[in-house]
Amino acid sequence: MWEVFIRSKAGLDHKHAGSLHAADAQMAMENARDVYTRRMEGVSIWVVESSHIHASDPDQASSMYDPANDKIYRHPTFYNLPDEVKYM
Amino acid sequence: MTVHSFQEHFDSLIDREIAIEPKDWMPDDYRKTLIRQISQHAHSEIIGMLPEGNWITRAPSLRRKAVLLAKVQDEAGHGLYLYSAAETLGVSRDELYNQLHTGKAKYSSIFNYPTLTWADMGAIGWLVDGAAIMNQVPLCRASYGPYARAMVRVCKEESFHQRQGFEIMLNLSNGTDVQKKMAQDAFNRWWWPSLMMFGPPDAESPNTVNSVRWRIKRLTNDELRQKFVDVTVEQAKILGLSVPDKDLKWNEERGHYDFGVINWDEFWNVVMGNGPCNKQRLETRKKAWEDGKWVRDAAMAHAAKRKERKAKAA
Repeated sequence: MWEVFIRSKAGLDHKHAGSLHAADAQMAMENARDVYTRRMEGVSIWVVESSHIHASDPDQASSMYDPANDKIYRHPTFYNLPDEVKYM
Repeated sequence: MTVHSFQEHFDSLIDREIAIEPKDWMPDDYRKTLIRQISQHAHSEIIGMLPEGNWITRAPSLRRKAVLLAKVQDEAGHGLYLYSAAETLGVSRDELYNQLHTGKAKYSSIFNYPTLTWADMGAIGWLVDGAAIMNQVPLCRASYGPYARAMVRVCKEESFHQRQGFEIMLNLSNGTDVQKKMAQDAFNRWWWPSLMMFGPPDAESPNTVNSVRWRIKRLTNDELRQKFVDVTVEQAKILGLSVPDKDLKWNEERGHYDFGVINWDEFWNVVMGNGPCNKQRLETRKKAWEDGKWVRDAAMAHAAKRKERKAKAA
């Protein structure tokens, strides 16, 4: 099983498109072209064996992202500036 | 978390319209319902190639042949998107194929009707794909992420399928008397089975309540069927063809067309395996799978050889 990532045009990220079965990387690439880019959906394809992907556990999400939760000062809107200040 | 709180968490995600993803906890019945629905849909795409494959070599022009090939190729693709989505729920591709080949899993019963004339390619695109789109557009917002994403892709591609079908019907209805008759005949044969595609009436649809609760389905079978009738009757007027239903009548009060009683005995009979082509479709599919075995074996052998060669060269 392989995961397919497609860059839709130069300058954009590769984005997950779906998955497929293949015997090796070359076949995965050929299949990805036939299955996921029949209408010029991409200019570049990545294929990754699904077993090589390590995913975070959604049940741990609250503790996983907890450290970022109370740091609103990382966002620009946290700072109150007078309206007269321009270009900032 | 206890099972109870898992369930509460799941329900709250559903209620807040937050997508469920493969690694999220989900109730067993939700998983089972999805596997059944997604795989049935995938099987329908695969079997759906057969009635049209029948006409590829006999398409009336090179343009029509190229179009029909592209449509059938899309259907193979749609089957693959959907099988992959089902696999994220923990069922294997082999198991899904096995369910199809042993008759344990169903596919849309519309594909058990024969394609007798070229006009059937028009009627299938216009009506069968039209009904499928009506069904599928709300599924792009289904609660299970991989399914919804697959459906977005399917719907984007499906639109040309319906338009090319309507175009075939339009050409035939503007053609000679024989061609017009052929179009009307195809319409007569595909109209009722298309209405059946939306499934049994709500009152007799055992799966609807849960599917709506879980936001797998957004509209009920009857709601979708009515929508389909309302838009398709208007399209038939443009073709100058008459809808084969003597009870069809605009209902001012409801703002919808009233239509005749559907022959549900026929529907269940086809579902049970007694349609005109059930046996033939399944046999063709199984034969294709068995005849393709050497290709799969050769691909694996080739990949192994390639790997070996690479190892030697390194």
